[in-house]
Amino acid sequence: MKVGLFIPCYVDQFYPQVAVATLRLLESLGCTVVFPLNQTCCGQPMANSGYEHLSGGCNDNFIRNFAGFDYIVSPSGSCTLHIKQHLHEADNTEQNSAQSVDSQARQIRERVYELTEFLTDVLKVESLPTRLRYPMRVGLHQSCHGQRGLHLSGMSEQMLPGFSKPVQLLNMVEGLELVPLDRPDECCGFGGTFCVVEEAVSAKMGKDRVADHERHGAEVITGVDVSCLMHLEGILKRAGSPVQVKHIAEILNG
Amino acid sequence: MTALTKLPHAKAATVFNRDEPRVDWHDETLWFVRTKRDRAAATVPQWEDLREAASQIKNHVLSNMHDLLVQFEQNAIANGITVHWAADAAEHNATVHRILQDNSIRQMVKSKSMLTEECHLNDYLAEQGIEVIDSDLGERIVQFRGEPPSHIVLPAIHLTRADVGETFHKHLGTDAGATDPQYLTEAARQHLRDTFLTRKAALTGVNFAIAETGGFVVCTNEGNADMGVHLADVHIASMGFEKIIPRPEHLGVFLRLLARSATGQPITTFSSHFHRPRNGQQMHVIIVDNGRSRQLGRPDFRNSLKCIRCAACLNTCPVYRRSGGFSYHSAISGPIGSILAPNLDMKQNADLPFASTLCGSCTNVCPVKIDIHEQLYKWRQVLMQEGYGPPAKTAAMQAMASVLASPKLYRLAGRAGRGVLRFAPVLADNRLNPWAIHREMPAPPTQSFRDWYVDNEQLPINSEEKTEPQQSH
Amino acid sequence: MLASIRANQPDLMPLPNTFQFGVNYPDLLTTFAEILTGIGGQVIEVADYEAIADHVRAYYGVTDNWATTLPELAHLADVDLTTITDPHDLARLNLAIIGGELGVAENGAIWVDERHLPHRALPMITQYLAIVIRQSTLVATMHDAYDRLTVNATGFGTFVAGPSKTADIEQSLVIGAHGARGLTVYVLTDS
Repeated sequence: MKVGLFIPCYVDQFYPQVAVATLRLLESLGCTVVFPLNQTCCGQPMANSGYEHLSGGCNDNFIRNFAGFDYIVSPSGSCTLHIKQHLHEADNTEQNSAQSVDSQARQIRERVYELTEFLTDVLKVESLPTRLRYPMRVGLHQSCHGQRGLHLSGMSEQMLPGFSKPVQLLNMVEGLELVPLDRPDECCGFGGTFCVVEEAVSAKMGKDRVADHERHGAEVITGVDVSCLMHLEGILKRAGSPVQVKHIAEILNG
Repeated sequence: MTALTKLPHAKAATVFNRDEPRVDWHDETLWFVRTKRDRAAATVPQWEDLREAASQIKNHVLSNMHDLLVQFEQNAIANGITVHWAADAAEHNATVHRILQDNSIRQMVKSKSMLTEECHLNDYLAEQGIEVIDSDLGERIVQFRGEPPSHIVLPAIHLTRADVGETFHKHLGTDAGATDPQYLTEAARQHLRDTFLTRKAALTGVNFAIAETGGFVVCTNEGNADMGVHLADVHIASMGFEKIIPRPEHLGVFLRLLARSATGQPITTFSSHFHRPRNGQQMHVIIVDNGRSRQLGRPDFRNSLKCIRCAACLNTCPVYRRSGGFSYHSAISGPIGSILAPNLDMKQNADLPFASTLCGSCTNVCPVKIDIHEQLYKWRQVLMQEGYGPPAKTAAMQAMASVLASPKLYRLAGRAGRGVLRFAPVLADNRLNPWAIHREMPAPPTQSFRDWYVDNEQLPINSEEKTEPQQSH
Repeated sequence: MLASIRANQPDLMPLPNTFQFGVNYPDLLTTFAEILTGIGGQVIEVADYEAIADHVRAYYGVTDNWATTLPELAHLADVDLTTITDPHDLARLNLAIIGGELGVAENGAIWVDERHLPHRALPMITQYLAIVIRQSTLVATMHDAYDRLTVNATGFGTFVAGPSKTADIEQSLVIGAHGARGLTVYVLTDS
């Protein structure tokens, strides 16, 4: 199966090791992975700021890069969700993206997956190829768009049976201990441009998340979204904390 | 604290966050209410189905609003209730005043009604020389302090017991420095009991109005609505028209959801059903529009009118908990306030839909399944397209759109700055980098992933490599 | 206003038919008592009115200014409600004992309406309230309650669930806000 690797813009620029880990992980699980060289961004920063109507060019570029793959996989819950909900061709800008029929955009929307859900739902991974041990106390940050948008796991607000695709995968890693949290799915406060537009609240939310992990002895904070992790890492580093952040791809890949 | 209401949300929230221990206290108190809600919801076996039923009933109500209101009016009048219609806040306030004048009444007791907050009723009546006493304990506290309520259900949640003690010492003569809630509540009980026994007019809100029977329901824990109206000669009930429901049995759904969502109780102490006035009493219902019919006409936003004012969305919102009700400069604050207020005044409230990370928790707790976080996103599009974005932001977004549409420009920019953050529009507005106030910047690596991929991976013979599109801008 | 509503409302959406959600409580009285106790009331199971009278005397002690609407207990009370025409005159009432129509197990609520109340203010204005219900009238959920009730049979009715309360000061629960400070429910058991 041919997988198009969709790397969020900030991962490409700041956290290439996450993209490398994602690529290696998928290859080790038998996928043929191609990284389309002319991809830029999913367009979420503009859309979430109220400028979805300007994202036509960005969308078109995305479609050009990713048409024709069996699957498109991304190490990002929020970028995947954005493509799923908002990708459409330029001439459909006025319409609800869900209504476009037989279009390349629609195909992409149906084939785009966040990394962990691709592993659990499509590849149906039961064990990880790497046999490395990871004897660390790990806190899982449930990134909101992945959790509530893509349903990567159950949600504390809902009275429904619990499940978690990221946890399912982390449980396959030898020696890894998941720590409990007081608020397992409270938002970290990144929120895109929110992190600078509402800086005070954003920083406070991040601080509180970090404190929750630290209270429970986490040595590493992981998650499916580098945006959240980047924000938490910024706070940890400012505090001089030894707690590290690692995207889940890095842990699963070993 | 009410000075916050003069500021846009982000600035008000910055001020609020200067007192970190207080923010922690505010946040933990409201999170506690959210956990109580979770515990209560867990005791109802079909909680999610109940929400779905409530949502569908309200969807029907929105689509049949006209006929339901006509039916309600007919039945209410047959019951001996006088029905008034008010197109806006001014008409509502004038109607209340007229009813009081017709009865030569100059003092009124009022139980909780967020609608009357929206209409600024108390201020209006004060100008007409009418005294209004708010009988809900939380409302009375903020009334003494000259503040609006900061939360739909818990008006004084922003105040510590020390604040309340100080307020009651000043206005009720309680002991200086006394903070025991039992003692303070007892003082309020005595003071308000006298109010109940002497006022001839009482105003209540309406939790639900029943079309089929021409009656309405008022829910309280304190019994203050009942104490007011059962001892008054005139009962005025103010309702937004969206509070209508078709039949009494629908109350089974809503009353099972309301208190559990709001405070984690199985039901409020009193759920009073009013159909006919007492012998010799007048009962009035004022049905208010004040922008609701306009919202009803907005396909993307009409579902906000399903709201039953439980405030579960406020309690769960990580931003509300860390910014407080006054930061929203609107009678109704929090997530639901942020999708209702722009309808009332886009210019004034353009900041509110951006006071959110779109985490989606609000949508999950809403008992009537309003798609709150999706409406927040959609309001952002509307507000920016209507031109309420600062010009610098719009310009920066246009620049960003051009860069992100062009792979070459994107790589150039990335290489030049090794930071797409440089293109975040608001950074262009600030000389100082807001990210760095509380956070370290991410360390820029020497290579982007693309650079690494080109250097290290075997590229297939160009069949997948996309060519650079022609740029026509 | 109605015209603009009619103009703006969306196309008709259907009203759901099934919105009754059954709950299986093994024993309605146990659940009712548990929930009501949890929200600040007390539940006393009694075989007959004599038992109620005994408990009232013992628990409330010797007191004046109390009334009842129940003929079986009228000999206990010193206030005759039939002589009171103005609800304001109930202001000094210490205890009122009334009957209730039915009890709801899921939330400890009891329905009372003007068939049970000579004055609407009675359950709120009294300092202490007691309600007598029959075990056989207990239902599981609010859906069941609304099945049995005709809410507009009288001009006023209410579900009373526990004593009045507030948590408006720092989320600290205080029992006894403006309504009754305490609620005792006497359940006349079946058989």
